Parts: sequence; structure tokens; C-alpha cells
Amino acid sequence: MKYSPAAGMARLISGFTGLGRKYGLEWWILVIGALIILAIVYMAAFPGTIAPFSPYNQDTGPQLAPPSAVHFMGTDNLQRDVWSRIVFGSQTILRVAVLAALVSSIVGITLGLISGFSGGWFDKVLSLIMDSLYSFPGLILAIAFAAMLGPGVINIMLAVAVIYIPTYFRLVRGQTLSIKEDLFVEAAKAIGASRFTILWQYIFPNVIATTAVVFTLNVADAIMTEAALTYLGLGLPPSIVDWGMDLAMGKKFLPSGHWWLITFPGVMISLLALGFTMLGEGLAEILNPRLLER
Amino acid sequence: MKKSLARYIIIRVLLTIPMVFILLSIVFVVLRVMPGDPVSSMLGGHAPEKVIEQKKEELGLNRSLPVQYVQYLWHVCHLDLGESMVFKEKVTKAISDKLPATIELTFFAMIITLFMGVFLGAYAADKRRTTQDYGIRLYGIVVYCIPVYWMGLMLQLIFGIWLNVLPVAGRVGARIFTSDFEKTGLYVLDTIMAGDFASLGDVLLHLVLPAFTLGIVLSGIFVRLTRANMLDVLKSDYILAAEARGIPHRKIVYKHALKNAFIPVLTMMGLQFALLMAGAVLTETTFSWPGMGRLLLERIYLRDYPTIQGIIIVVALVVALASLVVDVVYAMVDPRVRY
Repeated sequence: MKYSPAAGMARLISGFTGLGRKYGLEWWILVIGALIILAIVYMAAFPGTIAPFSPYNQDTGPQLAPPSAVHFMGTDNLQRDVWSRIVFGSQTILRVAVLAALVSSIVGITLGLISGFSGGWFDKVLSLIMDSLYSFPGLILAIAFAAMLGPGVINIMLAVAVIYIPTYFRLVRGQTLSIKEDLFVEAAKAIGASRFTILWQYIFPNVIATTAVVFTLNVADAIMTEAALTYLGLGLPPSIVDWGMDLAMGKKFLPSGHWWLITFPGVMISLLALGFTMLGEGLAEILNPRLLER
Repeated sequence: MKKSLARYIIIRVLLTIPMVFILLSIVFVVLRVMPGDPVSSMLGGHAPEKVIEQKKEELGLNRSLPVQYVQYLWHVCHLDLGESMVFKEKVTKAISDKLPATIELTFFAMIITLFMGVFLGAYAADKRRTTQDYGIRLYGIVVYCIPVYWMGLMLQLIFGIWLNVLPVAGRVGARIFTSDFEKTGLYVLDTIMAGDFASLGDVLLHLVLPAFTLGIVLSGIFVRLTRANMLDVLKSDYILAAEARGIPHRKIVYKHALKNAFIPVLTMMGLQFALLMAGAVLTETTFSWPGMGRLLLERIYLRDYPTIQGIIIVVALVVALASLVVDVVYAMVDPRVRY
């Protein structure tokens, strides 16, 4: 059969809609979420291709100009182009949120595995600490950590990461507790597998699947926490381009009705969080067919 | 029966103690490791060495950390949160001045959240797999992803600046003297007790935007919870039986089913209280609402250790208390729940 791009495209589309027919709305939620994320990742990866100005350029046009053909999201009080700052700002928030989710998942999963597997007083104490952290408002904790660590990309990433560790810990510990009673773990013990082998090769692969959904939703949450911290003026030096900081800056011009300074950064934060939430929701419903009945 | 409920309550109260203790310890250590200390931020960077040392001595900061820690715990056990390091005032005073504002805000936000969340969720479950259902579910997801402070700014822009119908900052207008009615610090209650209905109107007007901001953003979670629970309940046999008996559909959904679906939602409310407090911090900053959240941020910049610790303790207590109340109510409503 001769290959033609049109036929390939058609097959791709029919494959897409086929999955759409199989899973219904959930599939489309997942696809839209993924598309939003892809668009913003492209923004962050190749900002030069879509941003007309440098985010620091203080001579792009008139001061506080409303959206126009040249500045389609307007300019700020320092004559910088809002759209260009949005494009470059995507790098900061994506980096911080994804890294924070990675760090907290690695720490949380490791601690959860060890705690659930070993049991005893170690497990009891750690669970108590994690439960206390979990029940406390995460943002308030992150504020304290961010203030402690001082401004910086790595620091804010850590401040965000800390508050999500209990989420992974509780999930993984609970699963480890039930999986370690399973027959195949018993069998591994019988043939003389070491504790490390059991944990790493028998329990871990069974736990990791469920954390995928939590991870995606966690990134969405981390995005909002990062933006909240920078909005409050904690976490980043002013030299870094960031949506939350732009929002805080635009807040000063709200009474004078300069709506574009707060509207666009806020829309972007929501959109990015929405992308990850939709991806997570879609994944959750597709991976767990029981939920599909709803 | 009565006895076991009392026992349950006592156990739950005892369980909150380690939680508060652990949080307190974490915050204590974290604050002490912070670069920058309250003395230099209080005296400015150029104070002579001797003055700094003297001030540190005065505040007890030159003692070793374990000693400071034990001393602090001792005071906390006596309900003494110490004195602010920056201002000459008791921490308990600073907090009790601001706490009512936060309580008032979160209380009204919670009511708005519950009403919107529960009714939209129940409606969506009833109309499962229709346009209305998809619309409401979309609302639930989208609203959850909107940062609460941004929602606040947009509402300020629309209702405060463009339409100019609602105040955007503070708890009362400039022409109202709060000393006329202030007793508990809960202005809605105070104005009603004082019979000052002109002020009450003003207070309520100031509450509208902050409470709706916080309420709308949190309602997304309740939409989902209620919807999921309603779907389970609507599938059960007694709903079918009620249907068979010819009870009007509307009555079945919003009276019989909703009552049962509400119980699990109620338990989740305890957990959501943490989100509510976090949201309150952001809402307060956006609306210049003189509550605990603004106090916390102010004092973090000043490195005022005792006040920061005090606020963390009070927030932990509020959250613990909320989940306690919810659990006890749950235990009373549903007698199957026991330790």
C-alpha cells in the first residue's frame, strides 16, 4: 500500500475518535489537557519563536498601553511587553512545579515504601509526622519555608516540594501495607530474596502505577502554590520573569482599571493548572474503569 | 450509647495534641535555621555589636536551641504564646485581635461553598450525562484551577472598578466607627447585637466579594464530592422503592437522596478546612482583610518568631477543632462510626 500523509492523518484521527468513542468524555478531557500542556511547554522551550520582545526590554512601546496589534496583551508600567513576559514566564513556573512534584514524589514514595514495609515504631512516628503535615494548610507551611530559605528558584521549588511529601507517603504506605501481604511477596521471601529486592522489584512496580495520576494532579497543585508564593512576594528575586510576580505587580494598577496586567497572567496560571488537572482526571478515569460507570 | 460517644470525643481530642506538637516543633526548628534574625531586622543592619548582643540577651535568643525550645514548650503548655519580638505586645493579643476577621470570612465562605457545591452537585447527579451535568462538572474542574487571589482580583476589577457597586478592601467603610459596636470582633454579630443596622449593611457589603471569592473557588471540590455520592445513593434500592411508591422525583432527589449523600460530604468538610484557611490567607492579602493571614505575612517579613509560631499553633488548632466538630457531628448522625 502506498503511503500518503493524508491517509496517515486520517488513520490517526480515526484512532483518536475511536478511543474517544470507547472512553467517551474522559478521553477528550485527557486530550485537551495534554494539548494545553504541550502548547505551554512549547512556549517555555522555544520562547524566542513566539515572543516579539525580550521580557526585560523596557522600550517596547508606550507605558501601560492597552492590548493592540503590536502588543496584543498590552504593556506594563515599565514599557515591557506583557505577552513576551508571559511567554518567558512559563519557563519559571513549569520548572518549579514539575521539579517540586518530582522531588516530593521521590522522597514521599521512598519514605512510604520503607515505612510501610518495615513497620514498627519507625512507621508509627513517621506516619504521625506525615499525618500532622497533611492535615495542616499546605500553603501556610510553604510560606514559612519559602521565607526561611530566601528568594531563589531552587529554594521556592523546595518550599513547594516539602508540602506534597505527605500526599505520596500516605498513598504509597497504604498500598505497601496491603501488597506486602500478597502471595507473590510471600513467594519471593520463600526463595530467599533480600528485603531490598522485595521492596524494589516486587512492591515498587505495583505501587508506582497509581502514583502517576497523583503526580499529574500534584503538578497542577504545585503550579498554584508556586504562583501563590510569588504573588505574595516570597520566593523569587525580581530579576526572574514569573507569572505570579507579574500578577502582584499588576495588582497595583488595578484601581486605575489597567485590566490587562492582571487578566493575562492569571488566565495563564489557571490554564496551565487546568491542563494538568484535565490530564490527571482523564488518566484517572481511563485507568480505573470502575469510575467510568459514572 | 452516650458513654461511647463521650469516649470517642475524648480520644479525638487527645489525638490532636501530637499533631499540634509536631507542627510546633517543625516550625520552631525551621524558624531558627532561617538566615537573618529578628534583632538585626528590628535594629537595622548597622547597630553596634554590643547593642545587638544586649537585645539578644533580653529576648533569650543567645541561649542554646534546646533550652529555648523547652522554655517555649513550657510557656505554651500554660497557654502563653510569649511576647512579640518586634512590637511590645502579647502574641495572644495580636492573634485574638485578628482571628475574628478570619473566622467571619471563612464562615461565610464555607456557607457559600456548601450551598453552591451541594446543590450543583446534586443537580448534576440527577441530570447525569446531559449537557447540564457536563457543564457543572466542567465548572467543578475549572473553578478548582483558578487561583483564589486571581479570582479575587478579577471580581474586584469587575464589581469594584468597572461596575463600582461593591467595596474592594477592608471590613468596613471609612465613615463607620467600629468602636461603636465592637465586642466580639465578629462584626456581623456585633452590629446585630448593637442594633446598628446601617453598619450591618456596610459590613455585609464588604463581606460579599471576599466571601464569594473564597466560596466559589472551594465549591468545585464539593460539586464533585456531592455528585459522586449522589450517584451512588441514586442507584440504591430504597430510591427505586421510593420511585415505585410514586413519590415525586424532585422530592426523592433533593430530600431523601441528598440527605444520605450529604453525610460523606460532611466528613470531607473537616479536611477542606485546611484548604479554606490557606485560601483565607490569599483572600485576605488581596482584599486587605485584617485577619490572621495578613498578620502572618507581615510578621514573616519582620522575622517575629513568637508571633509566627503562635499563628501556626492557632491555625493548627482551628483546623483540628474543625475536623473534631465534623467527626463528632458525623458520629452523632451516623451511629455506625466508632473507634
